[in-house]
Amino acid sequence: MIGLLVGAPLLGAAVLLVGGRFLERVGHWVATALAAVSLVLAATLFFDMLGREGEDRALHQHLFSWIPVADFQADVAFRLDQLSMTFVLLITSVGTLIHLYSIGYMEHDPRRRRFFAYLNLFLAAMLLLVLADNYLLLYVGWEGVGLASFLLIGFWQHKPSAATAAKKAFVVNRVGDVGLAIAVMLMFTTFGSFAFEPVLAGANETGEGTLTAIGLMLLLAACGKSAQVPLQSWLGDAMEGPTPVSALIHAATMVTAGVYLITRSGAIFNGAPDAQTVVIVVGAVTLLFGAIVGCAKDDIKKALAGSTMSQIGYMMLATGLGPVGYVFAIMHLVTHGFFKAGLFLGAGSVMHGMNDEVDMRRYGGLRKYMPITFVTFGLAYLAIIGFPYLSGYFSKDEIIYAGFSKGGAEGWILGGVMLLGAALTAYYMTRIMLLTFFGEKRWQPDAQGHEPHPHESPLSMTIPMMVLAVGSVGAGFFFDQGEAFVHWLEPVTGLGHGDSPVSHGTVALAATGVMLLGVAGAWWQYGRRPVEAVAPSGRWITRAARRDLLQDDFNHAVLVRPGNYLTRGLVYLDHKLVDGVVNGTAASFGGLSGRLRRVQNGFARTYAVSMFGGAAVLVAATLLMRAV
Amino acid sequence: MSFPLLTATALTPAVGAVVTAAVPAARRTAAKWLALLFSLATVVLAAAVLLRFDTGEGADRFQLTESRSWIADFGVRYELGVDGIGVAMIALTALLIPFLIGAGWNDADPKGDEAPATRRWRPTQGFFALILMVEAMVILSFAATDIFLFYIFFEAMLIPMYFLIGGFGDRAGEQDSEEGQARQRSYAAVKFLLYNLVGGLVMLAAVIGLYVATADQLPEGTFSLQAILDARAAGELDFGTGTERWLFLGFFVAFAIKAPLWPLHTWLPNAMGESTAPVAVLITAVVDKVGTFAMLRFCLGLFPEASDWATPVVITLALVSIIYGALLALGQRDMKRLIAYASISHFGFIVLGIFAMTSQGQGGATLYMINHGVATAALLLVAGFLIARRGSRLISDYGGVQKTAPVLAGTFLIGGLATLSLPGLGPFVSEFLVLVGTFSRYKAAGIVACAGIVLAALYVLILYQRTMTGPLKPGLEKLPDLKVRELAVVAPLIALLIFLGVYPKPLTDIVNPAVEHTLSDVQKTDPEPETPAVEAAP
Repeated sequence: MIGLLVGAPLLGAAVLLVGGRFLERVGHWVATALAAVSLVLAATLFFDMLGREGEDRALHQHLFSWIPVADFQADVAFRLDQLSMTFVLLITSVGTLIHLYSIGYMEHDPRRRRFFAYLNLFLAAMLLLVLADNYLLLYVGWEGVGLASFLLIGFWQHKPSAATAAKKAFVVNRVGDVGLAIAVMLMFTTFGSFAFEPVLAGANETGEGTLTAIGLMLLLAACGKSAQVPLQSWLGDAMEGPTPVSALIHAATMVTAGVYLITRSGAIFNGAPDAQTVVIVVGAVTLLFGAIVGCAKDDIKKALAGSTMSQIGYMMLATGLGPVGYVFAIMHLVTHGFFKAGLFLGAGSVMHGMNDEVDMRRYGGLRKYMPITFVTFGLAYLAIIGFPYLSGYFSKDEIIYAGFSKGGAEGWILGGVMLLGAALTAYYMTRIMLLTFFGEKRWQPDAQGHEPHPHESPLSMTIPMMVLAVGSVGAGFFFDQGEAFVHWLEPVTGLGHGDSPVSHGTVALAATGVMLLGVAGAWWQYGRRPVEAVAPSGRWITRAARRDLLQDDFNHAVLVRPGNYLTRGLVYLDHKLVDGVVNGTAASFGGLSGRLRRVQNGFARTYAVSMFGGAAVLVAATLLMRAV
Repeated sequence: MSFPLLTATALTPAVGAVVTAAVPAARRTAAKWLALLFSLATVVLAAAVLLRFDTGEGADRFQLTESRSWIADFGVRYELGVDGIGVAMIALTALLIPFLIGAGWNDADPKGDEAPATRRWRPTQGFFALILMVEAMVILSFAATDIFLFYIFFEAMLIPMYFLIGGFGDRAGEQDSEEGQARQRSYAAVKFLLYNLVGGLVMLAAVIGLYVATADQLPEGTFSLQAILDARAAGELDFGTGTERWLFLGFFVAFAIKAPLWPLHTWLPNAMGESTAPVAVLITAVVDKVGTFAMLRFCLGLFPEASDWATPVVITLALVSIIYGALLALGQRDMKRLIAYASISHFGFIVLGIFAMTSQGQGGATLYMINHGVATAALLLVAGFLIARRGSRLISDYGGVQKTAPVLAGTFLIGGLATLSLPGLGPFVSEFLVLVGTFSRYKAAGIVACAGIVLAALYVLILYQRTMTGPLKPGLEKLPDLKVRELAVVAPLIALLIFLGVYPKPLTDIVNPAVEHTLSDVQKTDPEPETPAVEAAP
C-alpha cells in the first residue's frame, strides 16, 4: 500500500517517458490521474491511521534488501508515521492540484508530455524522500527530487538562462548532498546502521561531539535543498522553470525537505546544542536575507522566491529550537505550502494573461481584468502576512512565541528578528499586491508590437487556485482547533514548553502591529502615488538586494574564478609536466622518446616496429624464463 | 574432469576472431554478423559460468577450476578458476562486447571513395576480429590463477589493442588533414603500447622474482596462486619484508599503469581520444579493469604485508587521481578526452575502495568496476554516435542538440547522470560503498573523496549544457536522432544501469564471499561501530 503511493507516479513517469508519441494527446491526463491515485491512497491511509491510537499509528513496510555488504545493510523499506503522513498529504494534494493547473498552463507547449513525466517523477521522488525508513533511501529521494528539479528548471532548455539555472541548482544542491552522504557515513561508523529507529534510539548514548558532527552535516544538506544561507544562491535562478514548477517544487514541497530532515533527526539535534545554535543562526540569517531580497525584486517570481527563502528561514529557526519548535515548524510548513503555492499559481495566472511578462512594473491595475486571480491571490497574501485568523497568523505567531521562549537575551534577539521579518514580509507582499493588482496599467507593446490583453485564466487553472485559497484561509484555524495539529505530531516529534517572557497575546498583538507597519510602509511607497514603469536606481542597499545581496558576485570571485584558473593551469601542467616527466623518465631509461618520434613518421613502419617490439618482448620473456 | 567451461568461454571469441578475419573482403556484412554471433555465444557461456557459480556457505573460493601442466620445468601450469570477483568481471566483459560490436557496426567500413587497393584490404573484418581477440585475452586474464599465465594474457592483449587504437580512428580529429589524424592516432597507439610494455617488463621482473622466492623456500618453484596462498597460510612461505615490498611494487606499477593511476595516466586521454568510441569503451571499461582486478587479486593476495605498508601512499595517489581527474575533465574541450579524465577520477575511487581494506570498500570497488563499465559504455557510445554525425569531438562545435535529436540527448543525459552517480542508477551503489568503506577506516580520505561527487556533477552537467541545450548551433539543423541500431545498443545498457541501481543484491551476493576471502588474506576486519545501536525488533 505504501509502496503503491510511490509506485503510481513512478509508473506514470516511466510510461510517459518511454511511451512515445501516441501518448501525446492523453499523457497529461494519465499523469494527473496517477497523481490523484496517490492522493486517494494517501487519504485512505490517513483515515486508517486516524482509526488507531497515538503510539500504534506508525506503519512499516519492508520491500526488499537493497545493498547488503557485511554490516552495511541498506533496505528498501518505508515508514509511515504522523510526520510522513503530514508530508504525504501535502505533497499529493498540492501535487494533484498543480498537475491539474499545468494542463491549462502548458497547453500550447509541444513538449507537454515530457513536462508531465517529470512532474510525476518529482512526486515519486518526493514521496520516497518522506516515506523512507532509513537515511540512505532518503538520500535516493533527496537526489531524485534534485534531478526532477534540474529537469524542470531547465525545461525550456533552448533558453541558455534556463539551462544555466538548472545546472546551478543541481551543483549547489550536490554540495549539500555531500553533507547528507557524510552524515550517513558517520551514522554507519557510529551506530553500525543508518535506519531511523536504531540511529535515533542510539543518539541518547552517543557523545555530543559525534552528534554535533552528524547534525552539522545534516544541516549542510538541509541548507542546499531548502536554499538557506550559504547555499541559497540557486533558488532565485530556479524561477526560470515554468511557474507550476516554482509553485510545487520551489515553494510548497521540495524546498521544505530540509525542515523535514532536521525534524526527522530531532533526536540527534536534541543531543547537540551547538548544532542547534547553528541551525538557529542559519534560519535567522536566511529569514532576513530572503525578506530583504524579496523587497527589492521587480520580477514577481523572484520576489516570491525571496519570500520562500525567508519563510523557510522561519521554519529552520523553529527546528533549531528543539521540541519547542518542531511541531510549529511543520505547521508553518503546511500552511506555507498552501498559501505560497497559491501565490505562485496566481503569479502564473497573471503571467499567462500578460504574455509571460514577469516585471511587476509592467503590470498594474490587474484586479479589473483577473478578478478570480485577484481574490485568490489576495487571500493567500493575507494569509502570508499573518492577518488575524488566517493560516499564517497561527503558524507564524507560534514560531515567534517559541523564539521568545528560548529565554534570556537570545530569546529577545530571536523574537525581535522574527518580528522584523514579519514586518518585512508584510512590506514586500503588499508591494507585490499593489504593483500587480492596483494602480494604473503600465504595460506596453513588446518588441514585436504585441500588446498584452490581460484576461482571466481557464477553469483548469483557477480551480486549483480557489482550492489553495480555501486552504490558505482555513488551514491554520482548523489546525488550531483544540490544538489538533500539536496532538497529531507530538508522538513523533515530541513537544517542549519554554518559558517565554511575553504572553501569547502580546506576541499576537506585536505581530499584528508590525504587520500593519509593513503594509503601511509599502502603501506609502507604492500605493499613494503612481509607480514608475522603470525602476529608479535606488540606494546602495536596494541595488545590492536586487543583485541578491551580491551572492553571485561573491561565489564567482571566491569559487568560480579561482576554480577556472586552477583547471586551466592543471590542463597545462598535465600536458607539460606530468606527461613530460613520465615520458622523460622513460626516455632516460631506454631512449624511448627518440623511438617515439621516429615511429610516428609512417603508418606502416609503426605497425612493423611495434609488432616486432611486442613479439620480441614476449619471446624474450619466455627465453628469460628458460634461462632462470 | 568436467567440461572446461572457462576455457570454452574464452576460446569462443578467439575462434570468432579467426573466423571473422577469414571472411572475404566483399562480405563485410557477413563478418559483422559472425562477430556478433560469436560475442553472443560468449554471453551465453558467461551466463552459464554465472549460474554454475556457487555462492552458498562453505563453497570453494575458486570454482570451475581447470588445471593442466604446461611448462613443467618451471612449474608453469594452465590453471583457471574464478572467485566471485572474477565471475562478475567475466560477465561484464562478455556482456559489453556485443554492444560494442553493435555500436561500431559501421565504424571500420572503408569510406566510399576509398577503393580497395588489393583484395586483401579488409579493415572491417580486422576491426571485429581484433575486438574479439581482446575479449578472449581479457577473459583469460580474469580466469587465470597461474601467475605466469596471467602475465602472458596481460601482455598479449596489448597487441590487438595497439592495432585497434592505431588503425581505426573516429575521423574527427582537431586537425582536418587525413595525415595529421593518422599521425596523432599512431602517437596515441605507440604511447599506449610503450607505457604498458614498460609496466609489463617491471611486472615480468617481479614474476620471475616471485618464482625464485618460491623455489627457494618450497620443495619446488610455483606460479600457482592457490599454492602460494596455501603455503603462506601454512607458514611455509615467507618472502621477508624487503623482498615482499619489491615484488609488490613490481606488480603494482604494472597494474597502476593499466588502471591508470596518477601520475601514470597520461596515455589514457590520448588513447581514448583518438580511437573510435567502441574501442575507447573497450579500453576504459574492459581492458583497464584488468589492472584494478589484478590489484585486488594479486597485490593483496600475494603480498598482504607490503600492501599494508604501501596503503598510505596508494590512498594518497587514489585521492589525487579522483580530484585531479575530475578537475582535468572540467578543463577539456574534447568530449572524449573529458570522459577519459572522468574515468581516471573513477579509477581513483576503485583503487581507494580496494586499499581501504574493508568489506564495503572492496565490495564497492568490485561493483564500481562493473558499474563504471556499463555507465561509461552508455555515455561514450552515445557521444560516439554524436561525433559520427558531426565529425567533430570539440564540445564547442555542438549546442542545442536536444532540439533536433531529443532521444540522443536524453540517453546522453542518462549516461551522464550514471557517471555522476545519481542514486537509482548502478554507479551510486558502488560509489557510496567505496566512500563508506573508506570513511569507516580513514575519515579524512573519505571526506576528501566526497569532493569528487561535486566535481562529477560539474563536469557532466557542463558537458550536457554546452552540447545539448541552448540555441541550435549552425550546421546541426539536420542532425538525425538515434537510429534503431543505436537505440538497441543504448537502451539495454540504460535498463541495466537502472537494474543495478535498484536491485544490486544478486551481484553483491556473488561478490561478498570473494571479498571476505581477500580480507582474510590481508588479515583485516571491518572497524566496529563506536556505539552499536540496539537492533530494532523486526
